[in-house]
Amino acid sequence: MSEKKIKNVFVEGPITPEKIANSIAHHQVKTNIGAHDIFLGQVRADEIDGKTVQAIEYSAYEEMANKVFDEIREDAFSKFDLTCAHIYHSKGVVKAGELCLFVFTSSKHRAMAFDACRYITEEIKAKAPVFGKEIFEDSSHVWKVNN
Amino acid sequence: MKINVIYFGMIAEAIGKNVETLQINSIQPNTDDLTTFFIQQYPVLKNKSFKIAVNQQMATNNTVINENDEIALLPPFAGG
Repeated sequence: MSEKKIKNVFVEGPITPEKIANSIAHHQVKTNIGAHDIFLGQVRADEIDGKTVQAIEYSAYEEMANKVFDEIREDAFSKFDLTCAHIYHSKGVVKAGELCLFVFTSSKHRAMAFDACRYITEEIKAKAPVFGKEIFEDSSHVWKVNN
Repeated sequence: MKINVIYFGMIAEAIGKNVETLQINSIQPNTDDLTTFFIQQYPVLKNKSFKIAVNQQMATNNTVINENDEIALLPPFAGG
């Protein structure tokens, strides 16, 4: 029996607005969909102890993280009546203002798309072994922690 | 017993390495034993928050470790 192939969620560097536009375009052939919801995570230029964050460098326990993302996605399909669900997360450097997470859920009706999008995003924050180094203009850094 | 260890993020930075193979002098260690072992091995970890994954699964309860298991020390998550 062949093992299920786990999709790679990671994108090198920022997630581009073009990728998001293309992803939306690819769903126009799926005419059973009546509602999409999208969550986009963007890197904030937080000020920490008088220094401003320029970028976040993401790293991950990639093999485990991809399994976790896959489980979250499977859970979302079992909890909500979804047609499609996609997750993309950055690795490497993402500058302030650029996008680092793209969650895209599609369903017949809006309620399921909204609920699933939120569920997936919260689960990612809590369970995915992804780490972020907040880099300042003077190249010093602190480690980001989700709350 | 030999275990293969991977370190991530601030934990890797604190101890100055990403991977290593360690010898543990215990017949059937569990993840609580490992936490104590790592803090003895690397006192810098005493003030750090980390969780242990065994073979890419979070050790939610006290998990028994077997020879050649893949152990990962995971600092707080920051995805999304």
